[in-house]
Amino acid sequence: MALNLIVILLISPFVGFLINGLFGKWLKGNEKLSGSIGALAVLVSLICSIIAFGSINSNPDNTLEGDAGVLYTWISGESFTFNIGFHVDALTSIMLLVITGVGFLIHVYSIGYMHGDEGYTRYFAYLNLFVFAMLILVLGNNYLLMFVGWEGVGLCSYLLIGFWYEKKTATDAGKKAFIVNRIGDFGFLLGMFTLFAAFGTLDFGSIFTEAEAGNYQQVFGVSTLVVATLLLFVGAIGKSAQIPLYVWLPDAMEGPTPVSALIHAATMVTAGVYMIARSAVLYELAHTGMVVAWIGVLTAFFAATIALKQNDIKRILAYSTVSQLGYMFVGVGVGAYASGVFHLVTHAFFKGLMFLTAGSVMHAMSNELDMRKMGGLKSKMPITHATFLVGALAIAGFPFLSGFWSKDEILHSAWGSSPFIYIIGLITAFLTAFYMFRLIFVTFYGNSRVESETASHLHESPSVMWLPLVILAVPSAFIGLLLGIGGHHSWFHEFTKKVFPEAHGEVAGNVVLFMVISSIVGLAGIAFAWIRYKNRVPAEESSNSVERLVENKYYIDEIYNTFIVQPIKSGSHFLLWKLFDTGIIDGIVNAVAAIVRWLGGTLRRLQTGVVQAYIVSMVIGIVIFLAFYLFVVG
Amino acid sequence: MLLSIIIFLPLLGVIAIALLRGMGPSAVKGIALFISLLTFLISIGLYTGFDANIEGFQTNELLRQKTTWIADLGISYHIGIDGISLWLVLLTTFLTPICIIAAWNSIEKGLSGFMMSLLALETGMLGVFCSLDLFLFFVFWESMLIPMYFLIGIWGGERRIYATIKFVLYTMAGSALMLVGILALYFQNDSSFDFVALTQNGPFDHSHLLFLAFFIAFAIKVPLFPFHTWLPDAHVEAPTVGSVILAGVLLKMGTYGIVRFCLPLFPEAAANATTWIIPLAVIGIIYGALVAMVQPDLKKLVAYSSVSHLGFVVLGLFSQSHIGIQGSVLQMINHGLSTGALFLLVGMIYERRHSRMIVDFGGLAKRMPIFATFFLIVTLSSIGLPGLNGFVGEYMILLGSFINAVNGTFSIWYVVFATTGVILAAVYMLWMFQRVMFGKLDSTNESLPDLNPREIVLLIPIIALIFWIGVYPNSFLKPMKMSVDEVVKKVDTTQNTPAVGQLEYIDNTVEPLQNNETDKPMLINEEEQSK
Repeated sequence: MALNLIVILLISPFVGFLINGLFGKWLKGNEKLSGSIGALAVLVSLICSIIAFGSINSNPDNTLEGDAGVLYTWISGESFTFNIGFHVDALTSIMLLVITGVGFLIHVYSIGYMHGDEGYTRYFAYLNLFVFAMLILVLGNNYLLMFVGWEGVGLCSYLLIGFWYEKKTATDAGKKAFIVNRIGDFGFLLGMFTLFAAFGTLDFGSIFTEAEAGNYQQVFGVSTLVVATLLLFVGAIGKSAQIPLYVWLPDAMEGPTPVSALIHAATMVTAGVYMIARSAVLYELAHTGMVVAWIGVLTAFFAATIALKQNDIKRILAYSTVSQLGYMFVGVGVGAYASGVFHLVTHAFFKGLMFLTAGSVMHAMSNELDMRKMGGLKSKMPITHATFLVGALAIAGFPFLSGFWSKDEILHSAWGSSPFIYIIGLITAFLTAFYMFRLIFVTFYGNSRVESETASHLHESPSVMWLPLVILAVPSAFIGLLLGIGGHHSWFHEFTKKVFPEAHGEVAGNVVLFMVISSIVGLAGIAFAWIRYKNRVPAEESSNSVERLVENKYYIDEIYNTFIVQPIKSGSHFLLWKLFDTGIIDGIVNAVAAIVRWLGGTLRRLQTGVVQAYIVSMVIGIVIFLAFYLFVVG
Repeated sequence: MLLSIIIFLPLLGVIAIALLRGMGPSAVKGIALFISLLTFLISIGLYTGFDANIEGFQTNELLRQKTTWIADLGISYHIGIDGISLWLVLLTTFLTPICIIAAWNSIEKGLSGFMMSLLALETGMLGVFCSLDLFLFFVFWESMLIPMYFLIGIWGGERRIYATIKFVLYTMAGSALMLVGILALYFQNDSSFDFVALTQNGPFDHSHLLFLAFFIAFAIKVPLFPFHTWLPDAHVEAPTVGSVILAGVLLKMGTYGIVRFCLPLFPEAAANATTWIIPLAVIGIIYGALVAMVQPDLKKLVAYSSVSHLGFVVLGLFSQSHIGIQGSVLQMINHGLSTGALFLLVGMIYERRHSRMIVDFGGLAKRMPIFATFFLIVTLSSIGLPGLNGFVGEYMILLGSFINAVNGTFSIWYVVFATTGVILAAVYMLWMFQRVMFGKLDSTNESLPDLNPREIVLLIPIIALIFWIGVYPNSFLKPMKMSVDEVVKKVDTTQNTPAVGQLEYIDNTVEPLQNNETDKPMLINEEEQSK
C-alpha cells in the first residue's frame, strides 16, 4: 500500500477543515461553496479508500503486508519510539469505506440540512475534522496513534453536539459526552501502559506476534493480558456507549441530526468494536471475550427496554444505537469478530439512513421531535417514509434485508458460547422490531396530529437531502445479502479471514433453523407493534410504576447525579476548598504569621528606651554568664 | 560570552529606562520591547549552537563561562546550560516580550517602574537557570523576589499587600533552608560553591537532611501540595503579566531545582523520599483539580489547575524513569505555555469586563469568535488533547511512572490515581469553558470587542508552539535527552540491577527496523527466555 495514497486519503479532510475553519468568514456568504469543499474533501478520501480496498481485495495475501509504513517518528526517547505509522489491511479497508462512504453522503445531505444556519462553515470544518480524526483512528498501526484519533473524534463529537452553543442542553450534552468518554480513556490509557510495560512497544504487528509467541514481560503475572484487554475494554465501553457509560449517547442527540447519523451511529461509536476486533489476538489469548459479550448483551437488552417507552424519535434511535452496539460487542466478545464487524457495517448503513430520515422529518416539522405530535406523515413525505421503512425493516431483521444477516450471525455464534446470551439477544431482537415499528406507526401512519401551522408547509425534503436517503437505502437493504450470504463462509468472512484469529470451535446448530427463529421473532415484534400502535398514540404518562420507571430511563442519570456528581461537587467545594484549603492549611499559615507578630509585639516591650531598664537587663545578663562559667564550666 | 549577554541584556534595559527618565510612555515601552525581543533573538543562538551529543553542560565557550568572583570564598561566576536549562532559558526569553506586549495598554501608573521590574526579573530568572555556582544561584534566586514583590505589590489587585507578603515570606522560608543546605555542601565541596565540581563529589554527609532543605525550598516554589496556598492569592492579586511570569517561569524554578539539585546531588535520599513525595504529588493532582473545579474566580481556577499540573511534573521527576523525567521537563515547558496563555486570555477579558468571576460571563463565543478559538485551543492543550503539547508530557510522565511502578519502585495505585487527573482536567476546564463561552450572551457583555491585532499577535507564537510540541515533540525531546540521561544515571546508581521478573531492555533482533532512527528496544521476559 503506497504511503502516498494513505497520506492523501488522510490529509484531504484536514485540508477541508483548514479551508472552512480559517476562511469561514469569507466563505459564509457562499454556502454552496463551503459545503462543496467539505463534501469534496471527503470524496477524495472515498476514492482513495476504494483504491485501497481494490488493491487489498486483489491481493490474496491481504494481511499485515498491507502495512503502509511510517510517516515520521512522533515521540522517542531512551527506550521507546512512537511512530506516526499506518497500517491497512482488510479490516481497515472496510472501515475506510464505511467512514468515507457514509461520511460523504452525510456531507452532501448536510449541504441542504444546514442551509441558513449561522455556523454553516464552522459545521463543515468540524465535520471534516471529524473524518480526519476517525481516519487516523482506523489507519494507525499502533495503539497510541489509535488513541490520537480516539481523542480527536471525541473532541469533534464534543464540538458538534454543542454546535448550537447558545442552548444550554446542547453544551451540557457535549460536555457530558467528553467527560464520560474521558472516563473510558482513563482505562484505555492504563491499558496502553500495561501493553507497553509488557511489550516495550505499542505497534500492533509486534504486539500481536510477540503475544502469540508468549514472548513478553508478564508485568501482572499470568493475568497481564487479562488486565490489558479489560482496561482497553473500559475505553471501548466509554466510546461505544455501553453499560455503565452509555449515558452520554442519548443526550448527544442535541447535535445536528446529520452529526448523529455520522458520529453517533455509523462511525465514532463503533470505534470500540473496531478496537476489540483489531486486538482480537489479545482477547483470544486472555479469554476476556465473555466479559465483552456479557456487557454487550446486557446493554443491548437494557437499552432496548428504554427505547420502548420513549417518544422522541431521535432518542429512540439513540437507544437503539446503544442496543445495536451491544450486539456488535456480543459478536466480537464470543469470538465471531467478522460477524461483529459485519454488523458494524450493516448498522452503519441502516442506522445512518434512519437518522437522516429522522432529520428529514425534523426538517419538515420545524425541528419537532415528539412523535406524539406527528402521525400520518406517510402521505406528505413518501420518500422519507419509504426509506425509513427500509431502515426499520433492516434493523428488525426482516428476512434477507441487511440486519437480518448480520444479527443472525451474531446470535448464532453466541449460541455456541452461551445459550443465555443467545436468549437475551433474541428477546432484544423482538424488542427492537417492536419499538422501531412503534415509531413507524405512530409517526407515519394514523391520523395527523400535526399542528396546523406546521402542517401547512409540511413537505418532502429537497433533493440534496432525499437523494442521499435513497442512495443509503440501497445498501441498507441489500448489503447483507451481498456480503453475508453463506454465513461463516460468506464473502465478508473470507475477506477478513486473515485479520482475525480462527473462531474457536465449529458453530453449532442448523444455520437455517436459526434464521427461521430470528425471522419469526422479528416479524412477531412488528406484528405486536401493529396491534398496539396501529391507531393509538402513546399516553402522556403511564400509570403503571414499571412503565414509569422505563419511561424515566430507570432514573440512571438521576442516580449518577445524586450519588456521584453532586457529592464530588459539594465535597470539593465545602470540604476540600472551604474547610481544608482555606480553613486548615491557610489557617496554619496565617496562625504562624500571627504567632510571629505576637512574639514581635511582646518582645518589642523590652525595647523601652529607658536607660535604667537596659542596665538592669545587662546586669542580669552578666550575672547569668558569670554563674554559668563559675558553676557549670568551671 | 553569549550566555552572559543574554542574562544581562535585560538589566541593560533597566538601566536604559532609568537613565532616560522623563521620556514618554511609548519610548519606555519601545525600549523594553526592543530589549526583550533582542534577548529572545540572541537566545535562539543557544539552540542553534547547542550540541545535543554532549553529556552534561555545554562546553562551547559561547555557552559556558567561568570567572573567579570572590576567590577567597570559593565563589565563581560560572554559568552554562544543558539540555534541561536550555528550554527554560528559551521559555523565559520567549515569554518576556509577550508579557511586555500584553501589558502595552493596561499599565496606567508607573509604567517605567513596571517595565524595569519586568526586565530585572528576566535577568534574575535567566541567572537562576544558568548558574553553575551555588552562591551565584542563590543570589539570582533571591534577587528574583524583589521585582516580583513590586509587580504584585504595586500593580496588583485589592488584597495585593497580603498576597505579596505571603508570597515573599513563603519563598523566604524555603530559601533560608536552602541557604543552610548550600553552606553545608560548600564545606563538603573543598570550600567551593562550584556546582560542576559538586556533582563529581558525593555522596554527602547528612544527605537526607540536605535533600530535605533543598526539597522544601523547591516544593514551596512548585508549589507542591500542601505548600500551595500562597499561589491562588498571588495569582489573583497579581496583574496579568505577573501571573503569566509566575505561572510560566517562576513555578518552574521549583521543578528545575529538583531536577538540577535534589535528584543528582542526593540520589539516595531522593529515592527514599519517593515514598512520601509521590503520594503528595498524586494528592496534588487530584486535589488541585477538584478545588479548581469549584472556583468561582477564573484566575483562582487556573491557579489551582497549576497545582494539579505541577503534581504531574513532580510525579514524573520522582518516577526515577527516563521517560518520566523527560516528560516532566517537557511538561514544564508545556505548562509555561498553556497556563501562561490561559492567564493572558483571562487578562484580556478582564480588561474588557473588569471581572474575573465566571458568573459574569456566558455566551462570549458569539461576540468574540476569535477569542473563543484561541481559548478553546489553549483549554484543550491544558486538558492534554493529543496533537497539542500537554498530551505528550502527561503521557510520558504517566507511562514512565507506570513502568517503574510495575517494577516495584512504588505502588501502581499512585499511577492509577494520577491518571484520573486526565478525567478531572476535562471536568474543570470544560465546565469553565462552557460557563464563560457558551450559553446566552448577557446584555452587559454585548459590547465586548473581539481581540485586537496586538492581542492576536501576542497569542499566535504561543499557539504555534502548542501545536509544534504536540505534533513534533522530538525537536524538544532530542536536545534534552543526554542531560536527562545524566540525571537518570545518578538516580540509577542507587537502584540495583533489575532482579528476575524485572524489565530488561535488549536490542531488538526479531523485528526489522522500520527506519534508521528506530533503535527500538524489545522487552522480554527473562523467565520466558530461559525456557
